[in-house]
Amino acid sequence: MSLPPLVEPAAELTVEEVRRYSRHLIIPDVGMAGQKRLKNSRVLVVGAGGLGSPALMYLAAAGVGTLGVIDFDVVDESNLQRQIIHRQSTLGLPKAESAAATVREINPLVDVVVHNTALDNDNVMEIFSQYDLIVDGTDNFATRYMVNDAAVLLGKPYVWGSIYRFDGQASVFWSEHGPCYRCLYPEPPPPGMVPSCAEGGVLGVLCASIGSIQVNEAIKLLTGIGEPLVGKLMVYDALEMSYRKLTVRKDPECPLCGKNPTITSLLEDYEAFCGAVSEEASAAVAGSTITARELKDMQDRGEDIFLVDVREINEYEIVSIPGATLIPKGEFLNGSALERLPQDKKIVLHCKSGVRSAEALAVVKAAGFSDAVHLGGGVLAWVNQIDPTLPSY
Amino acid sequence: MSVSVRIPTILRTYTSGSSEVKAEGATLREVIASLESSYAGIAARILDESGKLRRFVNVYVGDEDVRFVEGLDTATAEGAQVSIIPAVAGG
Repeated sequence: MSLPPLVEPAAELTVEEVRRYSRHLIIPDVGMAGQKRLKNSRVLVVGAGGLGSPALMYLAAAGVGTLGVIDFDVVDESNLQRQIIHRQSTLGLPKAESAAATVREINPLVDVVVHNTALDNDNVMEIFSQYDLIVDGTDNFATRYMVNDAAVLLGKPYVWGSIYRFDGQASVFWSEHGPCYRCLYPEPPPPGMVPSCAEGGVLGVLCASIGSIQVNEAIKLLTGIGEPLVGKLMVYDALEMSYRKLTVRKDPECPLCGKNPTITSLLEDYEAFCGAVSEEASAAVAGSTITARELKDMQDRGEDIFLVDVREINEYEIVSIPGATLIPKGEFLNGSALERLPQDKKIVLHCKSGVRSAEALAVVKAAGFSDAVHLGGGVLAWVNQIDPTLPSY
Repeated sequence: MSVSVRIPTILRTYTSGSSEVKAEGATLREVIASLESSYAGIAARILDESGKLRRFVNVYVGDEDVRFVEGLDTATAEGAQVSIIPAVAGG
């Protein structure tokens, strides 16, 4: 299915622009008309992270006239393994500013709009309405469902990409012409079931593999060339080096873009829709969460505790709390961990930041260890408050 | 029927790292049961407590999403490729 161009051409290209974009101009399918459309285009990239980095850089180089970047975060050392738009020299700066600086270096003809803020229910409609096309490079389900809902409600197309370890997925969601994200994945996974990149890791270059597909699709939509990835899901496996294109159907029962929609405005709370932690976990941690300082004091007093690290072994090898025994969360969920827990000691669980240990705590308490607790903030809090000489990740 | 099943990274802990495994069955339901007998625990990541396909995991037979065919009753021909595609949110 080919679609008409999303954007009308600008009146003209300057001599400088002709020089810069000559390798596009001599491709018959792009030509002057296509490049003028790019010049007139307004594209928003949500998240200047793994996917947003290559997406912003290639969109800038391609000559997209107005490029918006929205991110609330600051550049951290652990970003630089894959977020190639940021630099050693921009550590600690807002990501939106750092990204904008690189975009200006790549192409000063681009008008960069910096949104140094979190995308939320109060600003998403107003911000999206300023753009022709959205590129989704966010890192969590809550924001992804919000981006989808806002785009569908505004009738905007968006290019979606998602990555984990060695796997990537990409598609174009445009409810006017095909399915939306809710047609593909009607519901988010329950909390704790699907790890984030911060928990599970991601191969740095995978961001480029998927981010470049997103830019490719953005350019096709803006200029009206080729077959856009509407109604298709591209699935990439970096280890096998395979790309597979699967069909995504528009779900007639989709609550957002189906025949009888029940979602006609943004949800009130996307975090709650996706659940930061499960109900069982939130019940388990109430009154059973200790601080890193409290854990240190318990250890210093020689209290008889059994400290369990519920992360994965490669995380344990990066940094661990002295005295902790490694039993990954999966062994709590399938029950095999329980027989390894001593009955006569107080059980203290921890993970990286406190989400996985909350899930494990629910299992441990349900098994009768009623005085078990978990460490709020996980090993990161320990590094931060107790031993800053240890590495964070 | 012998089919091959593509296992996403996130579920490879069940298959000792294998990205593609063999399974038996004339329908998707039988294929998942066959997978479970070889790789205990994997079915619970695909099916919910009531035995339905989880809404954040898509299963394809060939290049068709089974939700739009016959769900767990979708036929799996000899040599069919079954793909499990879970939602991931990383970016």
